[in-house]
Amino acid sequence: MLQRARHWCQGHAALLQAAPLALVLALFFVLPLLATAVVSLWDYTEYSLVPDVTARNYREMFEGCASLTLCTTFRTYLSTLKLCLLVWVFTLTIGFTVAYFLAFMVRTEAMRTVLFLLCTAPFLTSNVIRMISWIPLLGREGVANRALQSLGIVSQPVEWLLFSEFSVVLAFVHLYTLFVTVPVFNSLMRIDRRLLEAARDAGATGWQTLWHVVVPLAKPGIVIGSIFVIVLVMGDFVTIGVMGGQQIASVGKVIQVQMSYLQFPAAAAQAMVLLALVLGMIVALTKLVDIRREL
Amino acid sequence: MSGEPRGRAFWALAIFFGAFLLFLYGPTLTILVLSFQGPEGGLTFPLQGLSFHWYGTLWQGVGVVDIWAAFRRSVRMSLVVMVLTTIIALAAGYAFRRRFTGQSGLFHLTIASLIVPSIVVSLGIALQFRLIDDSIKALGEAYGIEWIVEGYTTAMGLFSSGLGAHLTWTLPFGLLIMFAVFNRFPGELEEAARDLGASPWQVFRHVVLPLIAPSLVGVALFGFTLSWDEIARSSQAIGDVNTLPLELQGLTTTVTTPEIYALGTLTTGVSALVIGLAFAVMAGWKRLRAARAARG
Repeated sequence: MLQRARHWCQGHAALLQAAPLALVLALFFVLPLLATAVVSLWDYTEYSLVPDVTARNYREMFEGCASLTLCTTFRTYLSTLKLCLLVWVFTLTIGFTVAYFLAFMVRTEAMRTVLFLLCTAPFLTSNVIRMISWIPLLGREGVANRALQSLGIVSQPVEWLLFSEFSVVLAFVHLYTLFVTVPVFNSLMRIDRRLLEAARDAGATGWQTLWHVVVPLAKPGIVIGSIFVIVLVMGDFVTIGVMGGQQIASVGKVIQVQMSYLQFPAAAAQAMVLLALVLGMIVALTKLVDIRREL
Repeated sequence: MSGEPRGRAFWALAIFFGAFLLFLYGPTLTILVLSFQGPEGGLTFPLQGLSFHWYGTLWQGVGVVDIWAAFRRSVRMSLVVMVLTTIIALAAGYAFRRRFTGQSGLFHLTIASLIVPSIVVSLGIALQFRLIDDSIKALGEAYGIEWIVEGYTTAMGLFSSGLGAHLTWTLPFGLLIMFAVFNRFPGELEEAARDLGASPWQVFRHVVLPLIAPSLVGVALFGFTLSWDEIARSSQAIGDVNTLPLELQGLTTTVTTPEIYALGTLTTGVSALVIGLAFAVMAGWKRLRAARAARG
């Protein structure tokens, strides 16, 4: 008996080694998502869940959305999508430029490693602290306002620098550019340098090489980075909360508020819609790349 | 290429890169400086003298919040997450080099755990534990089990739901690092060991482990620091007690003195210390191995 058990273990060693990971993900990822899907269809009262199947939560979410004026849900999603689009454009441009410099312009491997680590180390420090670090720079009495005033560009302190959409986007770019830099850098490092020489020999200008050779080859990295940024921004409530002075609406914030009022089924329905939207965006993004590759 | 004079493109990009580094580090350095603000000083420049005043008040505790309890909780939590992340990711990474049932499913699940929005995961865990609590209470009442009816409140807590929430975030990173490590791993060494009659455990213990140990330090580093700064996934799923970053998030709206910069600098200091320690261990390990190899 023992012999047989031991034999089985040896035959399935890989399965057993992967089991702890599978177990953790089953318990704390798959089951919670299932719980969310189920509870999103439940009814609720002020203090308890009522396990009756109902479409109430989804119905209430889109109440009044058929009319011409935008309902709250659509407005919230639009404002979140707008933030997402802005952050995506900036992180992509900055992240790509930084990765390009690291991959093609730095000559020694040691220097490249040092600069790469410098770019990635802040990822391992606290996001909230990196957010509050902007307060002394952007506040009413902050460095930026003083500089603007002493240069005579403005006479009154600029109010929209902090606790505004501007500061939210700035903080997002500050926090998440590296999610684009790292995968794009990875893609760029895999490009065969002879391709660039070939393009140059064939008479391509620098921009033509960049646009027709480098960017298409960097697509996998660009897509991975974009997925990260979209997911992080679409579900955010911390950055939008802290940097928006708790004034700007976002989907994540709505979920958080509903949770704090113990409206679990409503929050669950909101989460399901957010999840569907984000997954849809990811699928669209990956399709985009494959189609381009086919052409 | 090397040896050619640098072109205009290089200088433009180098300046851009320098500006990016300034953007990345400038704000953090600003609050580092401002945390030494004098007792009369405020949240912004100018500095009203230099002092450790705000570290002193921080030491006394921040208002009603027991910040040092949160600090200790966070340290304990991050250490546990670090150890579990390293072991589980190592085992799984090792498994992924061979075939097993459900391999591709597990891979996609791990990636999904990374890219599903954190608020959704956090909410899901909260709901799951609420359902568990409701079921336990219902059972207790149905069968008249006294301790449940009298004393049971919730299964939610730092080391149940909170730990799970952190692991859904750290494990995907751990596994991806392990993939990168094993992709570059020289498989011939294992084959040689097997040919010489080593058992699977001996191959792992005496061949694989010494070679990948420095990378494991990297996994541990990610495990610790990601957990140390985690907010989004823990926010709904941690029960009554808070970790340090969650307290910090709350303090951003209430504290209006440089004390919050002192706390911020201290938190970043812990991250920096852990990063430095990890690199020191990795470098030391490599040097030790080189020395051993030189001795033959």
